[in-house]
Amino acid sequence: MSVPLEHDYIGLSEAPPSMEGSERTSGGLNHKATELRLGLPGSDSPERDKGVVAEDKAGYPLGVLKSLSVVSGAKRGFSDAIDGGSGKWVFSGSGGSEAESGKGGNLFSPRGVNGGGKGGLVGGSEGANQNTGLGGPILKDGVVPQSPKPSQEKKPQLSAPAAKAQVVGWPPIRSYRKNSMASHPPKNEDDTEGKLGSGCLYVKVSMDGAPYLRKVDLKTYGSYRELSSALEKMFSCFTIGQCGSHGVPSRDGLSESRLMDLLHGSEYVLTYEDKDGDWMLVGDVPWEMFTDSCKRMRIMKSSEAIGLAPRAMEKCKNRH
Amino acid sequence: MPRMGYSFPEEVLEHVFSFIQSDEDRNAISEVCRSWHDIERWSRRRVFVGNCYAISPTMVIRRFPEVRSVKLKGKPHFADFNLVPEGWGGYVAPWISAMASAYPWLEEIRLKRMVITDESLELISKSFKNFKVLVLSSCEGFSTDGLAAIAANCRNLRELDLGESEVEDLSGHWLSRFPDNYTSMVSLNIACLGWEVSFSALERLVGRCPNLRTLRLNRAVPLDKLANLLCRAPQLVELGTGAYSSELRPDVFSNLSGAFSGCKELKSLSGFWDVVPGYLPAVYPICSKLKSLNLSYATIQSPELIKLVSQCQNLQRLWVLDYIEDAGLDALAASCKDLRELRVFPSDPFGQEPNVPLTEQGLVSVSEGCPKLQSVLYFCRQMSNAALMTIARNRPNMTRFRLCIIEPHTPDYLTLQPLDVGFGAIVEHCKDLRRLSLSGLLTDRVFEYIGTHAKKLEMLSVAFAGESDLGLHHILSGCDNLRKLEIRDCPFGDKALLANAAKLETMRSLWMSSCSVSFGACKLLGQKMPGLNVEVIDERGPPDLRPESCPIDKLYVYRTVSGPRFDMPGFVWTMAENPALRLS
Repeated sequence: MSVPLEHDYIGLSEAPPSMEGSERTSGGLNHKATELRLGLPGSDSPERDKGVVAEDKAGYPLGVLKSLSVVSGAKRGFSDAIDGGSGKWVFSGSGGSEAESGKGGNLFSPRGVNGGGKGGLVGGSEGANQNTGLGGPILKDGVVPQSPKPSQEKKPQLSAPAAKAQVVGWPPIRSYRKNSMASHPPKNEDDTEGKLGSGCLYVKVSMDGAPYLRKVDLKTYGSYRELSSALEKMFSCFTIGQCGSHGVPSRDGLSESRLMDLLHGSEYVLTYEDKDGDWMLVGDVPWEMFTDSCKRMRIMKSSEAIGLAPRAMEKCKNRH
Repeated sequence: MPRMGYSFPEEVLEHVFSFIQSDEDRNAISEVCRSWHDIERWSRRRVFVGNCYAISPTMVIRRFPEVRSVKLKGKPHFADFNLVPEGWGGYVAPWISAMASAYPWLEEIRLKRMVITDESLELISKSFKNFKVLVLSSCEGFSTDGLAAIAANCRNLRELDLGESEVEDLSGHWLSRFPDNYTSMVSLNIACLGWEVSFSALERLVGRCPNLRTLRLNRAVPLDKLANLLCRAPQLVELGTGAYSSELRPDVFSNLSGAFSGCKELKSLSGFWDVVPGYLPAVYPICSKLKSLNLSYATIQSPELIKLVSQCQNLQRLWVLDYIEDAGLDALAASCKDLRELRVFPSDPFGQEPNVPLTEQGLVSVSEGCPKLQSVLYFCRQMSNAALMTIARNRPNMTRFRLCIIEPHTPDYLTLQPLDVGFGAIVEHCKDLRRLSLSGLLTDRVFEYIGTHAKKLEMLSVAFAGESDLGLHHILSGCDNLRKLEIRDCPFGDKALLANAAKLETMRSLWMSSCSVSFGACKLLGQKMPGLNVEVIDERGPPDLRPESCPIDKLYVYRTVSGPRFDMPGFVWTMAENPALRLS
């Protein structure tokens, strides 16, 4: 069996996207300011910029690369739509379209994913180049704390900002271990009640009619809206069946309004089982209380949620 | 020309072959001539299938009709970190049902990362009269009901090891299903069970199994009951405690201490959840004999850890949390000269700041002080090229090196350079390196080093690294012995993959997620390489509803002789020319 695939690799190393490269370096500062780096606050430390921006032979400023890759690793299931962003999957290969044929075309410019993003969109063809198919880097606007990363100074013991989103599967620790540590958080002097950073909280989510269950880590969401968007994303292929069927999602505030549609359409209701074994409507109690008491969730058909449904609609209306 | 194959009677050859255990050697034997092939296949007793989808159960059974021991692996390694969506696959049921009729004398089943149901467990318990060993490592899909069936029916069971599986805990009474006249347990590991098992059943079981050597309890077994158990099983070689906490009471302490002292053969300790430091000295009497110590759930601080570890002069394996700190690792390096394996886990992996003074220095110390150190898994928050080079020069005998710098893209903290040369030194000096995991800020250069030097490398894990397809090309074209490659969040795309397509058939599997491989390339790969299953995993919906140049979410490519599988969930697509023509 022959492998009729021949590519010239020599070409790769000598084909810096010089145009973009320089654009990047010159737009470097703007770039930093506009970069949406979920999960890596402090990664925009100034020293790193200076030390690393030196381009290597491929012509890619490393500092930029770093953040780009980071961005692509951001946890899926976060919705940028919460803040009114338009396409959840819009994450174009920057100028990658021209460069695409020449090389791996793997750089993604962290252009403002949200329509109203801050300036500094590099590599002009963003309109034409909406590669919506990218693996899930959904970025939250305005999330990144701008302070450079302090090396050893103690941070005040605030609750970890909800902005510190966890990248899925990173650091690479087995769920088994995470769960063991989570149920009994470590005893060290820094362990104040606000420390949300440790542990995780995986709960099963079932949906009536779906062939299999999912699991979500409640610790990675900061609010009901985040949760509902994530769930909607996970289960939308069972309801609407239009997961990814369009290149560009056609509406704003996508997931939230969809869920509201679902609820208003009274098709489904989101419920959870609490520590006492009772089935409750999601949304009645403060978020922290919910995550403390939620054991599992069920997206229930409203027809079964007799007595709950009317309240659900009421609650939704009240929330907005 | 004399036909050597017929010079010896078959029985003689079979007897000779019985001394050959390794798969590699047996595979070589079977290629000598037809008669050797036949004799070998009838005498092969152990089969290892590293990817359950690489071959069908029917084919295995056809080739090796008299197997006694089977080991299967299912999901890709990154499933451990939740990168493989639930429902992906790895179902063992077809194997169990095929073997139930074909291998009535099967004795051992070992599974890793597979989905096994209670029905399968019941089928196992009823189909194999001489069943002895069940090891379920990181498996899921079953409950304590399935375990009850095993307990009730497997009269000759020696080993029941639930590893780190996810078990639905319906009742702790499954343990009582072991009949009163059942006495053959040698190894029992129930550490993963979340809820209580019936303690009296456990006590009686332990008491009546004189050959019990390994007992790994779950967290729910309280400390004040441990002494009792130990007194019933002083012959234990490996023990996993339950929760290691209790009110500090002198009588409990002295019972415990006495019980430990009575275990003269104890060489391995684990468990230690919720440690109350006051009870640690209870194990001091046996420290000097310990070869393996797993304190990776023990939230104790460095001073206690140092006291403990300094007494374990014969320690070969240590798993510990980063509470040990650099100071503790210095002590380890000074006391434990026989250390072969070190794993340091992060106590606060999601915190934004270092919470303990554990740095690259600890690892450097151990690499200096422990001449036999060959296997490392180290989570830390800072690293330098200088440290890596020192480690590499100190320990050219390193065979497994996995470094996880917690924050992606972290450069050398001293020079702010990428860590390319540091890892380069590792692969250059450690010529027998078989497994490597990278982290930190890395350019394509590190892959050039790896492709050039890491000739014995079998498994490579890459995350948030590299700059272009050249990186991937270096790996695929340079690493001659590469079997498993797993990549996430790297800017690798179509070119390197397609240019090295043939290489993929020499490997067990390739995983790429959140990279830039286009759907078009996946289709091309699947079409051109019929010996590979090219699976596109994408929860956003069918990839063919998006442009071909769109990157896919996750790619899993593996070689197979049985074509595309038929148990894929809705979010997995196999790229193939003609799936209908595949025969299994």
